[in-house]
Amino acid sequence: MIDLEWVKDYIDISDQDLKELAVKITKAGINIEKVITNHIDNLVIGEVLKCENHPDSDHLHVCLVNVGDKNLQIVCGAPNVREGLKVIVALPGAILPGDFAIKKSKIRGVESNGMLCALYELGLEEKNEQTYSKGIYEVDSKAKVGVDAMKYLNLDDTLYELDVHKHRNNDCYYHIGFAYEIGAILNRKVTLPSDKTTPIKDEIKNYFSLKVDTDKCPYYLAKMVTGVKIGESPEFIKRRLTAYGMRSINNVVDISNYVMLEYGQPLHFFDKDTLGDKILVRNALDGEKIKTLDGVTRVLNSEDIVITDGEKPVCLAGVMGGENTEVTENTKNILIESAIFDGVSIRNTSNRLELRSEASIRYGKGLSFEYTQKAIERACHLLEKYAGAKVLSGTVKHDKVDKTPKVVSFKSSQINELLGITISDEDVKVELNRLGFPFEYEDGNFKAIIPFRRLDIDPYVNDIAEEVGRLYGYHNLVSTLPRVEIKKGKYDLDIKFRKIISKRLRSLGLNEVKTYTLVSSDMASKFKYEDKKQITLPLPMSVDKSVIRTSLISSLLKVYKYNRDHKVNDINIYEIAKTYDASYNEESKIGMLMSGNYLLNQWLGVNVKVDFYLIKGVVQNILDYLGFKNRYTFEKVEIPDLHPGMCASILLDRKKIGVIGRVHPTLIKEDVYVAELSLEALMSKVKPIKFKEALKYPEIVKDMAFIFKKDVLSSEVIDVIRKAGGRLLTEVKLFDVYTGENVASDERSLAYSLTFSAADRTLSEEEVMKVFENIIGKVEEKFGAKLRNK
Amino acid sequence: MNLDKILRDLKNNLESVESLHDLSEVKAHYLGKKGEITSLYSKMKDLSAEEKKKFGALINNVKNEAADLIDNKKKEMENEILNEKLQNESIDISLPATEIIVGAPSILEKMIEDVESLLMSMGYDVVDGPEVEKDEYNFEMLNLPKGHPARDAQDTFYVKGDELLLRSQTSPVQVRTMLAGKGEKPIRMICPGKTYRRDDDDATHSHQFMQIEGLLVDKNISLSDLKGTFDLIAKHLFGEDCETRFRPSYYPFTEPSVEMDITCHHCKGKGCAICKNTGFITVSGGGMVHPKVLENCGYDPKKWSGFAFGFGAERLAMIKYGIDDLRVFYTNDLRESRVFDRKEAN
Repeated sequence: MIDLEWVKDYIDISDQDLKELAVKITKAGINIEKVITNHIDNLVIGEVLKCENHPDSDHLHVCLVNVGDKNLQIVCGAPNVREGLKVIVALPGAILPGDFAIKKSKIRGVESNGMLCALYELGLEEKNEQTYSKGIYEVDSKAKVGVDAMKYLNLDDTLYELDVHKHRNNDCYYHIGFAYEIGAILNRKVTLPSDKTTPIKDEIKNYFSLKVDTDKCPYYLAKMVTGVKIGESPEFIKRRLTAYGMRSINNVVDISNYVMLEYGQPLHFFDKDTLGDKILVRNALDGEKIKTLDGVTRVLNSEDIVITDGEKPVCLAGVMGGENTEVTENTKNILIESAIFDGVSIRNTSNRLELRSEASIRYGKGLSFEYTQKAIERACHLLEKYAGAKVLSGTVKHDKVDKTPKVVSFKSSQINELLGITISDEDVKVELNRLGFPFEYEDGNFKAIIPFRRLDIDPYVNDIAEEVGRLYGYHNLVSTLPRVEIKKGKYDLDIKFRKIISKRLRSLGLNEVKTYTLVSSDMASKFKYEDKKQITLPLPMSVDKSVIRTSLISSLLKVYKYNRDHKVNDINIYEIAKTYDASYNEESKIGMLMSGNYLLNQWLGVNVKVDFYLIKGVVQNILDYLGFKNRYTFEKVEIPDLHPGMCASILLDRKKIGVIGRVHPTLIKEDVYVAELSLEALMSKVKPIKFKEALKYPEIVKDMAFIFKKDVLSSEVIDVIRKAGGRLLTEVKLFDVYTGENVASDERSLAYSLTFSAADRTLSEEEVMKVFENIIGKVEEKFGAKLRNK
Repeated sequence: MNLDKILRDLKNNLESVESLHDLSEVKAHYLGKKGEITSLYSKMKDLSAEEKKKFGALINNVKNEAADLIDNKKKEMENEILNEKLQNESIDISLPATEIIVGAPSILEKMIEDVESLLMSMGYDVVDGPEVEKDEYNFEMLNLPKGHPARDAQDTFYVKGDELLLRSQTSPVQVRTMLAGKGEKPIRMICPGKTYRRDDDDATHSHQFMQIEGLLVDKNISLSDLKGTFDLIAKHLFGEDCETRFRPSYYPFTEPSVEMDITCHHCKGKGCAICKNTGFITVSGGGMVHPKVLENCGYDPKKWSGFAFGFGAERLAMIKYGIDDLRVFYTNDLRESRVFDRKEAN
């Protein structure tokens, strides 16, 4: 939050419409989320002319209040209301924070034409016991009756609520830093506030020694003041802190906050007398304790930084002070700390302890040492002026900070090339001046020095180009296209395969789904058909997203259940996604799930239901499409969570590439079929398509049927038939499976249709019969099968 | 003998024929072996050669005419029968068709392919990369050293210590592509893919989401080139009347950085609740590749320059198809997704 009235101390913006200015600033990259004006209509200063007790209440008062143009009767319950008091009056029509509309009303029978207000009722203070017991706000007796109350209190400030990108959330969050940003946009100068003091002869080093024993504190400055008189803050500090939303506590505490909001540098004030004569900054010890200002005892570890008095911690560095050295009403002598601490460390400490303060937030975002010295001097100046302090000579310091300036050497042509614009050397000079970046210029060569407060700028010409670009205005860029070689983009091979298979599966009627890579350990434990260990996240967000899956089947089953529960009947889905095992091996998998009807036209009696053989058909279609005809087989196996009698491994060139089967009925009652293939396995080489002429000579088709034991697989029979059939046998097809009458219960009949042909002649019945008889013999011999009579 | 009479009689007979069977009897009566016309030939044997020739020709004519009459009658009758049969076969064409079901793509994949198709035509390769990624590629080489505050915003799922993670962005694929280019090859690529961050799933957050990032590294590339490229993408996705706007922004891996807005798809720039009355919505971020990133990946920033940009696939789809809840993409309600099995509007 930035208070624009405050900013006016450092830059002249009295001619600016603050809403328009906010738009300009936002366009240049500092996003102003909201322009807030502390203004309330119908809120005026009044004077209580008469104050009498309410006839029907023991605490209410009936007052006659002069509001300038008239006198109004107003009922008020505050204990401090009295004749002659100047007050803030909310007239009928005023709308107070929380949409509280003030209306004429009767309070216990007595007419009341408004309300006398406390600051918390105006949203300017927190409502708590303390502020409540203070009663209504007592306006200075010199105030003029009838004037706008917020204006009189100087609280009608315009504030900008910022939502700034990370790189600028340090220097834009204090008033002087923000003044520089406005300066760059409006091309105006920034004036820093006074930090003059009249130090006494006595020197700090006579009272105090400093040691820093950690590399997380590169810069530590301390100054000392004596004879402080704790009291109320001057009005301007009180008002500004109030308008900003901070409570005024006393002159000393307010000054430390005030300077922080000016320079962005958090300060810490120790009561010198309770602190002693020594400061040692070090890493905390594991288990070390400190009671912070909020009264809570914090347990520290070696990641934290502490300020100690040589022995015990007196301050949790950059986060919050210790109660033992707190500035109190009796404080006389103060040691002021202005330091730089390691931002990452402060962020970690503050996150771990869940303790956020204005200081810890600022340290966490990064802090420049540029104003560390300025801030401590400014604080001394204000303490001398408003708290009667005497400033001791000298500063105790630890200084390991790298003060090498960041210098960028460049030519304006480089900026033009990066942005695609044309600006001259003179234009660049103007921009650098606006930004407040000192520079040297010689023969077209620039050498710009980056102010330390701009932590976001690295010494690259790109960074200068960005600064120039955002002031130049990105809306002024002209669209061009890169002048590069003309070529056509291509897919990585695995993406290409993914797309090919995806498209094919869709044309086969399966819908693509997208599910989560992270699954619950329960989901991960299902369908483990491979000997793979899984990755469990060391720090998962929740148990249902704790394991990286090695199979997609569980996820598809979840989609199935969701759709089934929403009355979707035919659920045919697939997903192609990467999986990872515990050795971080990547494998892309194609998961399929099918259930319900594949083809249905009820009135017509057309109904193809999904079953094992249909999903097998889909898998074969994919494999054939990819060019693997005759290279794959299905091998009956048992797989966890699949129906033990309805599942198989899928093999390509005798290597296992996936599974197929029905989901085990204990997992899901309905007929649900799944299959999964490894995408990588399908990326192996295949032969190109070759034209094959249709047969010129007639084929001879012959059927045969045998009775087998039930455990004989049809694929085994076909293998034997093929082998025995030799070159003349061009096709074998199973056309009937029969059990029942005339077949024993442990047997079944399989019938095959065999096609014989030759490319160069018409086959004779005799030569076909010879082969046919041979096949029959081999099948009978191999399986002990009986040929059935035709 | 009256040949004309034979034909007249035939015509009369044909008129009373009612079935194909009747017709074949009529045909036998006249043209059969002993038929009335056929038998005329036997009467020629006593005639002189000249008379035979004359008479023969006459009979032939009658025979042909009779055959034609019978044939025509046959065709006529067959037509009638066929027409009657076809009439009986008439169906109710309003009854439901047998639906040929083709699966729908995932909405996100459809969105991604839409972007791919344009960018591939502009020479961008589509590159794949691992989802379990090195911290080095996901952060460090992208100018996000350990402790960088911007890492907080991308709160990450670590897989092993602080070395391996589920990538929080697809940018590591850009790093890998640049490393493979060895500082010599110009680069034009996009890398759509899944990314992961520690966010609780709700209407606007998802612990898993998809990015479409692009990178171009070549000679003399400018921010204006990114503007032109973004213009094309925006118009390709949202129509020719879509306008664009650049705003200054910040990303650790680009400098200068911009946020890229399009005119609000919903109100066409007039201002509405969706665009918070600004007329614009942010759809992408990008900028000129940071010289440190170029350097880290082996490209000399003095010779090479480039731009990078990134879209959220979910966000694009939400804008384009009017979806208001991120969870839609991962719930996979088939009633919602099946609609996407169709071509886009023209």
